[in-house]
Formats: sequence, C-alpha cells, structure tokens
Amino acid sequence: MFFRYLSRELRRRSKQALVVSLGLAVGIGLVVAVSAMATGVQRAQGTVLHSLYGVGTDITVTRAAPEGPARGRFQVGAGNDRQRISRDRVLTSPGQASFDASEADTIAKLDGVSGAVGGLDLSLIHLNGKLPRFTLPSQGAASSGASTAQSSVAVTPGQINVSTSSVSGIDTSNVSIGPLSATELAHGRTFTVSDAKRDVAILDAQFANQKGLAVGDSITIDGTSFTVVGITSPPVQGAGSDIYLPLAKAQALAGVKGRINTVYVKATSSESIATAKRAIMQADPKATVSTSSDLAKQVTGSLSSASNLATKLGTWLSIAALVTAIALATLLTLAAVGRRVREIGTLKAIGWRTRRVVGQVMGETLVLGLIGGALGIGLGIAGAWVVTKVAPSLEATVSSAGGFVGPSGSGPGGNPFSRTIAVALHASVTPALVVTAVGLSLAGGAIAGLFGGWRAARMRPADAIRQVV
Amino acid sequence: MYELNDVTKRYGNGRGSVEALAGVDLTVGDGEFVAIQGPTGQGKSTLLQLLGGMDRQTSGTVTYDGRELGALSEGELTRLRAHEFGFVFQTFNLIPTLSSLENVETALVPLGVHGSERRRRAEEALAEVGLTQRAAHLPGELSGGEQQRTAIARALVKGPRVVLADEPTGNLGQETRDEIVGLLEKLWTTHGVTLIVVTHDDLVATRAARRMRLEAGRVLEDLPMGA
Repeated sequence: MFFRYLSRELRRRSKQALVVSLGLAVGIGLVVAVSAMATGVQRAQGTVLHSLYGVGTDITVTRAAPEGPARGRFQVGAGNDRQRISRDRVLTSPGQASFDASEADTIAKLDGVSGAVGGLDLSLIHLNGKLPRFTLPSQGAASSGASTAQSSVAVTPGQINVSTSSVSGIDTSNVSIGPLSATELAHGRTFTVSDAKRDVAILDAQFANQKGLAVGDSITIDGTSFTVVGITSPPVQGAGSDIYLPLAKAQALAGVKGRINTVYVKATSSESIATAKRAIMQADPKATVSTSSDLAKQVTGSLSSASNLATKLGTWLSIAALVTAIALATLLTLAAVGRRVREIGTLKAIGWRTRRVVGQVMGETLVLGLIGGALGIGLGIAGAWVVTKVAPSLEATVSSAGGFVGPSGSGPGGNPFSRTIAVALHASVTPALVVTAVGLSLAGGAIAGLFGGWRAARMRPADAIRQVV
Repeated sequence: MYELNDVTKRYGNGRGSVEALAGVDLTVGDGEFVAIQGPTGQGKSTLLQLLGGMDRQTSGTVTYDGRELGALSEGELTRLRAHEFGFVFQTFNLIPTLSSLENVETALVPLGVHGSERRRRAEEALAEVGLTQRAAHLPGELSGGEQQRTAIARALVKGPRVVLADEPTGNLGQETRDEIVGLLEKLWTTHGVTLIVVTHDDLVATRAARRMRLEAGRVLEDLPMGA
C-alpha cells in the first residue's frame, strides 16, 4: 500500500515532482561537478608537488642563504682578440645555503621520520659562441696620436648563447626519496649504491632529446664526461631536473664537497608529518621546513586560481544552489500537503496514525530526492567531463625563494629562481563523491519531507469533515 | 453506548468565537439508527466529530462505552477510530489515486491487516455494496453513487461498532439517494451497527429509528420513530 500510494501520488503530481527533482538535480549536479573539479585541482596540486620534490617525500628541509652572489663565476679570458668559448659553470641555487651532509642522518633519527636523504640542487649555465673581436690599429697609425688611435679600434660583434640546465645531486643509496622518485624511468636504469663515485648521469627525456643523447652516450659538464645510464620522464611537463648525478659528483662540480642544500624527508605516516616537522624545527632552528601543504600555499599561477575558484566560489555556488533547491522542494511539498488537507484528514479519521501519514509524505519527498540525486549525479558527471574536456592546462609556479628547494631552472631561458609546471585538470567523480551526493539528495528530500510531514502531522481528522460543512 | 452531558464546543477565542454546541445532553444506545437533522451551521457535523473522536469538546463529557473521549490521548482516539468507528462523508473523501478496492483497503491498514487477507476482505466489502465490477476503477471513473458505495464499504470493512455518516446523500441525485439510503438501512440491519446519520434529507431521517433536531447548538427534539 505504501509504495502503491506513493507512486500514484507522485504520478498525479508529476509536474511538481519533476520541478522538485530537477531543482535538486541542479543543486546536486553543481555540488558533484564542483567537487569533482576541486578533487581534480587537488590531484593536480598533488601531482605538481610530488613531481617537484618526489612521491616519497613528505617534508623538505632547506636553509636560506645570506644575501650575496651565487657561488661560482665565469672566468672568461681577458684577451681582446676574437675567440670561441664553450664554458660551463655550476652554481648552487641562489637563495639557498648549503650545509653539512650529516644533517640528513641527524634528521633521519628524529621522531616521526621514516627516512631522510640529502640532495644538492644546482644550476648549470653553459656559454657557447664567439666573443666580440676588437681590432687594434696598425703601429704606424698608432704613432699619430692617442686620440686618433682610440677612435680607430674596430669592433666585430660576437655571439654568445647562454643555456641553463638544472642538475640534481642524488643520494644513490636511497632513490625512493627525493626528486628522482617522482620520475618514471623510460630507458636504461636508475642509480644504484655502486654509482656513488662513478661518472654516470640520468637525463630527463626532453632534455636528452634536445641534446640528441641516449643511454650509453656521454655528456660533458664543466670538463667532466658523464656516461648516460638512464632516461627518465617527469610525471608532468616541466617538472623534474634536466640532469641527475650522484651526489658526490654534483658536490665536486659545484665545489661544495660534503655539503647539501636540501634534505628530503619521508614521515612514518601522513599523520606524523606535523610531528616530524616540529622535531626538525626543534633540532635545527635555522632550517626552513616545508611540508606539502606548506608548499601548496606557495603555488601560484592558474592552478592556484583554479584551486581558489573551486574551493571558494564553487563551494559557495554549490551551497547556494543546494539550499535553493531544498527550499524549493520544501515549499512545493508544503503546498502539496496543503492541497491534500481532506485526503490526509480522511486517512487520520479512518485511523491512520500520524507517524504513518508523515512517513507517507516523507517517502514521497525521499523518492523525489533520490530521483533528483540520480539526475544530479548524471549532471555532475557530465559537468566534470565537460570541465576535463574544455579546461585548459593549468600552470603552477613555485618560487624557490619561498622555502621550497627544487630543481631550479628549466631549459634555455628558464628562470632559475622559480619553476612553472603545466598539468592537465582531470575533474573526477569519485565513489565517495557519489555516496555524498546520494546522502545530500536524501537529506534534501528528508528536509522537505520533514516540513511537509510536520504540516500533515498538525492536521486534525476533523478537517476532513470541516472542509465540506 | 454514548452518553453526552452538557457538551459545548466553541471555535476560536474572544469576540470572534463561535459556539457550535451549547449544552447538548444525549444518550445513544447500542445498535440504534439515529438521524440528526437541522439547518446548516447549527452544529450537526461538530456533534458527529465529537462522537467519532475526531475533535474534543470545550466542556461537558462525551462518554463512549464508559470511556470519556475528551480524556483519551490522541493515540487512543486514533486506535478507537481505526477499530470501532466507520465514517461516511458527504463528498466521499476517497483517495483519488487509489482504486475503489484500494480505497477500501486503506481502512484495514491501521489494523495491521496485510496482503491477500486485506485484499480479500476489501473485495468482500465491495461485493456487499455491489461494486465488484468496479473494484479496479479510480474514484474519478465512478459515479457519485458508486463513490459513496465505495466509502460505505470502506466504513464497513473493518467491522466497526459505530458508523457515523455526514450527509451521505448530500451530493447525490434522487435515484442514487434512495439506493444509498437503502444500502445504509440494510447494513444497519444485517451488521447490527450503531448508525448515526447527520442529514438534511427527510428520506434518510424517516428511515431512522430515532430522529433528533439540532438548532443553535442544542437538541430541540429527540423523537423516536413514529412519534
């Protein structure tokens, strides 16, 4: 009787039922789409963060450098003759101080820390080309006077190309933490413990492609030839270093033997990240300790804008739509119950308990809520699909001066002080989101039903007769 | 069965209040057929509501089978209506989305009668009022007389001790009116229920064993049949 009566009532008021269901569907659809987008943005952030400082890394520890020039400088020949040059200079990342490598071992023993490895992030600047040529006047002409001689110097313009690459020194004893852990090996092999003192390198696939290098080839950095043993792909475009070297080799290139500028820390669990951060800050007050959530705050660019859009505007828009839909459903239910005074009064007159009548009204709105929820989930999935299809690739820019130490610089002309990464937005509807949407739609139906039921409960059986007197 | 002492019923408060019943004293015996007549708005339906436990008096006592209805809880009154009282309304008050048979079944829902038993009893009740062929029809597909017969079947299906009918022929034509009055009379005879009918209709009233006239909230006449 309950379901027969319920289905017939809904069919009788099909237009109103449709309005209520569609209203709830729009509200639920918005919640699903916006939440899917927020999840997508969150995942994009996670991808960016992990790609920047490793899947296995929960915390990075750095130290801010005192003001001053970056270590390393070019020593171009002082001669003024035209000359070809091809020089490399390896610099530690500006703004970041190096510290003793033993710090990683100290941190590894702290509370909440599962493992810690040291890393050295460097910038490799390569100059290649011809210096300008200054042609001095002939001897005879020179004797005619200094002023004349000065004006007769001929200058032939040179051409110098500058390219910047990023280099990461990797602790080969543990590659599961740190920047190499975020990458996927495309060819060759990764580092092993025995590589610690070898002249071997792993290259980023795009970088290797640009330079025409493959596994087995050699790359010369500042006069040292490294054998390419592996080619890796970063999880997202623009992430990762161009060149990975064993830590000791990177230290030697930069002239900072036994020193590192980043400690990559893995916490014992996600819950212990805060504990580990506190312990590190206590052990080393000078350190800048950044967790992934700290880093998320430093991310700027369209990814950050999308995150703000999804979490602020999107959330409020969803709440507003949902509240409006539930209010609409409630008002329409109240109006419908109001029109059924005689019917409800009659049922009460013939002995239906108030609880049963309220249950009948609530059952109707719950079914409308479920229909609205199902439609809303469909709308939300469609919305998420559209967002994924039309959303432009998001860009995340992380400043290395903000406490984060990542591989700095990216290819020729890259800014060595920050890193911009492009990541696609995949708005995904998770099972948890579907469950939430069903819950919300049922809650919407229940709220409308409670108000409708409350009105029905207040009706007295005498109303059934009074209507006709 | 019923004993009413100095019963008043007032709607609203203060100056705008209306006194529907103004000191009614009445006794109705078990198995009686009572017709209550009187002009519109003089308290007939109000009296029926008090007798059916659908409303409570402002003062006085309404005693049914030794129980003061005004003192019973809502739950107790609901149980009483479900088990012992059957109602027939002027406008039939059928659920428009349920068939004739399903409408009759609604009266068995609060009694906890389920499934095939509920259906069987509803079919029997419909057969008794001659509506077997129209059992599957919605109220909107039935004539006024058929709708009222459905309503009578709904009142009788639970086997009530009292049937309270509020202008049962008020919305019916002459022929149908005779048919419904005949049906009510037959059911009163065969089922032995106490039948209390509020009516303007002299035809109905003359069939009753006892007639009373209600005016200005008071019982003016209370005459047995043939008086």
